Amino acid sequence: MTVAVAVTDLHKSFGGTPVLRGVDLSVARGSVTCVIGPSGSGKSTLLRCLNHLEKPDHGEIEVDGVLVGYRRHRGKLYELKEKVIAGQRASIGMVFQGFHLFGHLTVLENVIEAPVGVLGVPRGEAVESAAALIARVGLAGREGAYPRQLSGGQQQRVAIARALAMRPKVMLFDEPTSALDPELVGEVLEVMKDLAADGMTMIVVTHEIGFARSVADTVVFLDEGSVVESGPPGVVLDAPRHVRTREFLARVR
Amino acid sequence: MSASTVVSPVSVRKAAEIVPLRRPGRWVSASLVLLALLVVLWSVVTNPQFQWGVVVRYFTTEAVLRGLGLTLWLTALTVVLGFAIGGVLAVMRLSGNPVLVGVSWGYVWLFRSVPLLVQLLFWFNIGALYPVLSGATPVIGPVTAVIIGLVLHEAAYAAEIVRGGILSVDAGQVEAALALGMRRGRVLRRIVLPQAMRAIIPAAGNMLIGTLKGTSIVSVLAVQDLLYSVQLIYNRNYLIIPLLLVATIWYVLVTSLLSVGQYYVERYYSRGAGRLS
Ligand SMILES: Nc1ncnc2c1ncn2[C@@H]1O[C@H](COP(=O)(O)OP(=O)(O)OP(=O)(O)O)[C@@H](O)[C@H]1O
Ligand SMILES: [Mg+2]
Repeated sequence: MTVAVAVTDLHKSFGGTPVLRGVDLSVARGSVTCVIGPSGSGKSTLLRCLNHLEKPDHGEIEVDGVLVGYRRHRGKLYELKEKVIAGQRASIGMVFQGFHLFGHLTVLENVIEAPVGVLGVPRGEAVESAAALIARVGLAGREGAYPRQLSGGQQQRVAIARALAMRPKVMLFDEPTSALDPELVGEVLEVMKDLAADGMTMIVVTHEIGFARSVADTVVFLDEGSVVESGPPGVVLDAPRHVRTREFLARVR
Repeated sequence: MSASTVVSPVSVRKAAEIVPLRRPGRWVSASLVLLALLVVLWSVVTNPQFQWGVVVRYFTTEAVLRGLGLTLWLTALTVVLGFAIGGVLAVMRLSGNPVLVGVSWGYVWLFRSVPLLVQLLFWFNIGALYPVLSGATPVIGPVTAVIIGLVLHEAAYAAEIVRGGILSVDAGQVEAALALGMRRGRVLRRIVLPQAMRAIIPAAGNMLIGTLKGTSIVSVLAVQDLLYSVQLIYNRNYLIIPLLLVATIWYVLVTSLLSVGQYYVERYYSRGAGRLS
């Protein structure tokens, strides 16, 4: 097993309030990790630290063996230049609860914006692979639509295509279906299942226990900023060892 | 409805015709307003004091056109430079660097507090403060003084318009762009500013039109803009009203053209904003 993402003793607080208190996490390449936990437990903060949208106070994050956001020198971590961090982010895909598609750009333009602008992919080439990705998320024919003309489920699928267009090593999902009407949740989860089956390394913050059970290789239960329990879904979801995990699962069911 | 559907007796009955509420008051008020308008229009056309013949004669004379040219040039320069500086000030204000934030805030505070006219007079008399700048041919002549004053004044207001526009863009747009590996400058250029334009354009259009008319303030420094040019003419021939009308009609014409332009620019930047666009 090769490790795709390794988090060591991650700490983060906001204005003196600790949100992450020493999180350790190891994600194998090609595996799916679902992070569950109560509201405010630090799930989003953990995910945002992984691509340095949030700066950790302490701890180390490695993606594909490369330290994220910092350079190690004589036992200290020096923050990297914006340019280098941007380069690291380019290979870490992220999908948000609120989609955040670029409103002034069409579906196709959303998907090719970063490949062309950040990676320097020739436009023609980018358009070609974007069309393939858009078809893959089931939206062939909607390339010219603006985000507001799409349903939430469609927007989220475009957001996934947009992230995939950067050929990321890891995909982070922060409650990708929480903002969706119940009947639209399925179509997004289908796309994610398809991705998982394709061997994408994924870290998914979700309240969809059913999805976690059927797709996750590892389920991590986060509470009050630390990992309470982690393991295969059969254990964490169906036979949790900790009281807090049991209580949480009883509430979300 | 398909043939197999059971039709209830209620839907068989023919629906009654709908009669909108009559509003006699509307007709009365509309007639009164139209009548008042006609009276005013009639007096404008028939009152010989308006001297429409003079208006027509002077409308395109060289002096007036040259004044119009200067007014347009001053307006363009003021708006372009004002928004360029204002954009920088807005970005400074949002930068998070305490020094840049403070300087930007202080600038806007100062130049919004000092009346434009007072500022123009300051720049015009800058030689009194810094004698180096005076001399045989003053470094800062009236036109330069006017340009500096107008631009600095415009920049303070433009900074607030641009800042408001940037703030109107959801923070999620920036996060999504950063997460894709874009750098700050690119995020601003490609993602934030194009969407900020939707909020910026209406306010900027207002500013532009205000500036067009506001440049007439330079006539106090004897800069020959549109207003001062007609003033020079009526000081000679005392045809005050018709010459003021010449200037007025030009201002109205240019403003109307700018409004039409604004409509198209707004339409361009609101693409993707409505469900049906
Ligand atoms: N930028 C911030 N400034 C201050 N406090 C913050 C910030 N971001 C998050 N927090 C706080 O940190 C705590 C954890 O937030 P986080 O968003 O990580 O929780 P979460 O587990 O994702 O919750 P949810 O399920 O509601 O999304 C919350 O109490 C939140 O108020
Ligand atoms: Mg969250």
